[in-house]
Amino acid sequence: MLNPPAIDMPLSDLPPGAAARVTSVSSGNGKAPAELGRRLAELGFLPGEAVRIVARGMLARAPIAVRIGTGTFALRLFEAACIRVRPEQPQLP
Amino acid sequence: MDSAPSAASPLIALVGNPNCGKTALFNILTGSRQKVANYAGVTVERKEGSLLTPSGLRIRILDLPGAYSLDALTPDEQVTADVLFGRRAGESRPDFVVCVTDATNLRQNLRLVLSLKRLGLPMVVALNMTDIARRKGIMIDAERLSAELGMPVVETVGVKTAGVKALLKVLNDTVAPQSEPRGAVWRSLSAAEIEHDQSEVRRILGLVGGDRVDGVTFSDRVDALVLHPLLGPVILASVLFLVFQAVFAWAQVPMDAIKEAVTAFGGWVGAALPASLFKDLMIDGVLAGVGSVLVFLPQIIILFFFILILEDSGYLPRAAFLLDRVMGSVGLSGRAFIPLLSSFACAIPGIMATRTIQNPRDRLATIMIAPLMTCSARLPVYALIIGAFIPRRTLWGGLEMQGLVLFALYLAGVAGAMGVAFVLKRSGQSGAMQTLMLELPAYHWPNLRNLVMGLWQRVEIFLSRVGTIILALMVILWALSSYPEPPPGATGAAIQYSIAGHLGAWLAVLFKPIGFNWQISIALVPGLAAREVAVGALGTVYALSNTGEDVSGALTPLIAQSWTMATALSLLAWYVFAPQCLSTLATVRRETNSWRYPIIMAAYQFGLAYLGAFITYRVALWFGA
Repeated sequence: MLNPPAIDMPLSDLPPGAAARVTSVSSGNGKAPAELGRRLAELGFLPGEAVRIVARGMLARAPIAVRIGTGTFALRLFEAACIRVRPEQPQLP
Repeated sequence: MDSAPSAASPLIALVGNPNCGKTALFNILTGSRQKVANYAGVTVERKEGSLLTPSGLRIRILDLPGAYSLDALTPDEQVTADVLFGRRAGESRPDFVVCVTDATNLRQNLRLVLSLKRLGLPMVVALNMTDIARRKGIMIDAERLSAELGMPVVETVGVKTAGVKALLKVLNDTVAPQSEPRGAVWRSLSAAEIEHDQSEVRRILGLVGGDRVDGVTFSDRVDALVLHPLLGPVILASVLFLVFQAVFAWAQVPMDAIKEAVTAFGGWVGAALPASLFKDLMIDGVLAGVGSVLVFLPQIIILFFFILILEDSGYLPRAAFLLDRVMGSVGLSGRAFIPLLSSFACAIPGIMATRTIQNPRDRLATIMIAPLMTCSARLPVYALIIGAFIPRRTLWGGLEMQGLVLFALYLAGVAGAMGVAFVLKRSGQSGAMQTLMLELPAYHWPNLRNLVMGLWQRVEIFLSRVGTIILALMVILWALSSYPEPPPGATGAAIQYSIAGHLGAWLAVLFKPIGFNWQISIALVPGLAAREVAVGALGTVYALSNTGEDVSGALTPLIAQSWTMATALSLLAWYVFAPQCLSTLATVRRETNSWRYPIIMAAYQFGLAYLGAFITYRVALWFGA
């Protein structure tokens, strides 16, 4: 393996355009509503699903527009931070 | 044989994710006239229609609000879940479920199908938007999908009738009233169950051929511009600005035509009728009042033309995305943007649309500021005053001075709303963080039929208001303004001796510090029922207060002569904030289930209006206006 093994990171840290897969979803720290994790799961943020950041806002680079599967959702940063993702290795042509 | 729907007719429920084209399908199935939009959660009202199957079976059909799951988080989803579990008081449990799915987004939509399957009700899947899916190269094997799901699957194309026939046939063959309610106990899905459902969805998609995750789509390319950190806000500002410019520039010709038609009709009535009480009522009451409101129909059509296109194309949630940080800074959710934007048309649908906001405090804050968005009923008032006092002048860059002032008034309403939201945020204890989680649906061309239907609904609403509330108030106001008649030998205008004249004189004392004369003070009273009535009321008051020649013509030159610039600006400021709409307060009462909030709302709005008008008047006087 030439590339270092990919590690988990919060979706909020994923660079725009980079492909990744969801590894886990939680309700984050105490400040977020308790049902947040389940809600995100219901929208399709589930382990194994492909995600990609489509756009980021102007101020504080928030909110972010996220492609999940075939749908797109706008998330605030603390919401995206509840989703952990693993970047995909770039595919060789 | 046609039969009227009765309680015995079987009831089917249309269920589906937001943005799956469910409402468009409902329209075709029932032929009902209903608004179709493209952002999450427009279907907040209960909508029922009925249809007749080929064999003559009459079926009642209920259009349930869009939902992502049966674990309700918003009041919207609560309605859907309650009806499906048979928990909703006064609502019978559906006998049959039609689950509408978006063929281009089955990864998301099929999870809801699996949840619905657990209800144990007979159901069919309508595979919607198959035309768009095909164009994207997504071919779905409907027969295989049907076998995997264990229920019929019918391909439909939201706004076309071909697939609807197939759906009707399935309904015809399978729908029957359920003799006894089938047991479905409500239970939240665990995270593991949701994950299990998703792997089932992945397995099925692998078999039927819908498992295709696009790389860069058309919507992505548009979003690269529209959601761009710098370009996006510029596009949003330009779009909004263009709308307000168009409202003035494009409406001029049809408005002049309506004005001339009303004047010509007034002249004809004046010549045809003998001098009588009825003639006075027609000319001073009905024509002067209703005519001056009717003139604003073109502007309302143009405004709604743009709002409907922005809604239907999918741009509105993008605007919410761009404004989320600004909304968040005053403690609102980005989700609040859509109800607030609807409030630019009318606060009532806007307040009803807040049902899609899950946090109760957040929802309340949005309700409280919704009436500060400049609704279309303010437009006649603004247009009248701007037309009379702001010169028609083209500034640098081809900008219209009048359009610019109108834009500033809209901004003033938004700024006021932001201020009030900020105070509300400060006064309440800070709870959990506000969520956004807003779907950005794929763009599509606005549907011409939906646009024409939506515009026609607005025209109907406006004209029926003109024909009912406004007409009735005009006649009452005319009577109040005409009686008692002036004593013999009176020197002033007739209206000064009437009931309205006395009331106006009393109110004028209250409004004198903000520069309103007694004519304005009278017009504000019927204007409480609906803002645009104030324009008609001014028309009537001035028609009756003029001692000289016939004034059934234009109101604009009259007020331009008799008001100072300071008074005009003060009245504009008053209308930015004042709660001049009883229907809005009634809606707030209904939505919050208490008198507390409408009372607080009316109080703060009157307070702001008086303060705003007072400052405007004094500053304008100081500048010598």
